[in-house]
Amino acid sequence: MARIFMKGCEAIAEAAVRAGCRFFAGYPITPQNEIPEYMARRLPEVGGVFVQGESEIASVNMLYGASSTGTRSMSSSSSTGISLYSEGIAACASARLPAVYVNVMRGGPALGAIQPAQQDYLQATKASGNGGFRMIVQAPSTVQECVDMVYEAFDLAERDDNPVLILADGVLGTMMEPVELPEMKSDEEVKALKQARRHKSVCGHPAEERVLAEPGSVGTGQEARNIAAAEMYKTWDKDVKVEEFMTDDAELILAAYGISARIAKTAVKALREQGIKAGLIRPVRVSPFPYDAFGSLDFGRVKGILDIEMSIPAQMVWDVEYAVRGRCPIRECLRSGGQLMTKEKVMEEALKLAEEVL
Amino acid sequence: MERDLIVAGFGGQGVMMLGTLLAQATCDSTDKNVTYFPSYGAEMRGGTANCYVAISDEEIGAPVMETVSDLIVFNQPSLDRFLEKLAPGGALFVNTSIADPKIDRDDVNVVEVPVTEMAIEMGNPKVLNIIMLGAFIGYTEVVSKDVVLQEIKNKIGAKKPELLPLNEEAFEKGFAIGSAAKN
Repeated sequence: MARIFMKGCEAIAEAAVRAGCRFFAGYPITPQNEIPEYMARRLPEVGGVFVQGESEIASVNMLYGASSTGTRSMSSSSSTGISLYSEGIAACASARLPAVYVNVMRGGPALGAIQPAQQDYLQATKASGNGGFRMIVQAPSTVQECVDMVYEAFDLAERDDNPVLILADGVLGTMMEPVELPEMKSDEEVKALKQARRHKSVCGHPAEERVLAEPGSVGTGQEARNIAAAEMYKTWDKDVKVEEFMTDDAELILAAYGISARIAKTAVKALREQGIKAGLIRPVRVSPFPYDAFGSLDFGRVKGILDIEMSIPAQMVWDVEYAVRGRCPIRECLRSGGQLMTKEKVMEEALKLAEEVL
Repeated sequence: MERDLIVAGFGGQGVMMLGTLLAQATCDSTDKNVTYFPSYGAEMRGGTANCYVAISDEEIGAPVMETVSDLIVFNQPSLDRFLEKLAPGGALFVNTSIADPKIDRDDVNVVEVPVTEMAIEMGNPKVLNIIMLGAFIGYTEVVSKDVVLQEIKNKIGAKKPELLPLNEEAFEKGFAIGSAAKN
């Protein structure tokens, strides 16, 4: 298939359309504006609906509504905008709706900086809203992965009746890279996907076939829902996705996700050239987290872990520490607030760690 | 091998277009990996703009780098700001019409291209970026001349075919300067 040179945000939008997404609502915020911009032009071409909401809150609630009709639906925002999604996404999770949304992360907290960052890890993986629900969270590190992970997200969301989050960042959203696009689902396929959900849809189908997708209920009903959701989360062991690069004989492990991971990967190669046995563990999905990849390391051989994130303080390090349980030192290599991770910075911190533990 | 480039100048000098042309050409006509990352302020014309392009046979890590193998600067502020990012042995392409190529480094190769004056002489000041792209390709041959000329045809030929001959001429003029500087 021919490769096309695309910007991350536009690739995300096109991948969604090809996956059968026919509804998008969103509110402008840098650095994800090219997603709604692209959707505003593209969705009407395929009989879909684009709405620029009057706010993030309106947009996420439209996502709730559209998802409950069985139409594949998506929204996107960035960091401080995603904070406003909390209530709506919690409602989607409670009502078990297959909403897909994208966070193209920028600096924070709050308005922070418009430049790229990875400062929403804990929010994304632990508490994207109240009530303790969980989601599969995809963490692409190339524009091609943005495409593949968005395309896949709709299937995952419908399989579990649960929201799926794509956790990208401003570098990925803004950069251009060659991509191969997946096949466009035909009108018939899109229609069949909607039909397949008619028994779960609130509206858009005959009255006798509707069920109520309520975001909450009183009394013991709520506990029953929570138990059902918890049972579903337990099936996610099979959904752990992790990339392990040169870890077989590694004495130093670099831990990174998303944009930082591709930078860490080049650092691993450079460290190897200097005779340091480095490897990379990269959670491809940050939820469910690949605890085993870290927990089952041979700590007789692995002498130290470097956690690399564009976040200060570090966030993913909580999960790494939880898996490692004190069996080797964990150090941090961090940038934030719009300052980008660089190979030079990773090398500097990795060499420091090598000196300390090797 | 990875080749990294920063292009920097005033908004309106075609900084981003040079970067996307090069990157798009690489994507369309080669098997190489390529990334393009734009960075600009809130201003459009008159503000500062810069972009990063990486071209490699292997996987590319950071799309934004602390040191690069090549640097193109269209004005003095860009030269002052980015020169420190050019790796030893790297190539510096200076728009000598408005930037001073005398620098206090002797570990880089300077290619002087008075693109502003050349473009005005050619009757269209806008083609300065295409002249510079020609010089860059002539000197580095990071991708072949034909690959870039084809992209110029695709991009400019499709939108404004009447400007195609001028742009091709601009590219050739720059290419000649770049090739000559290499030897």
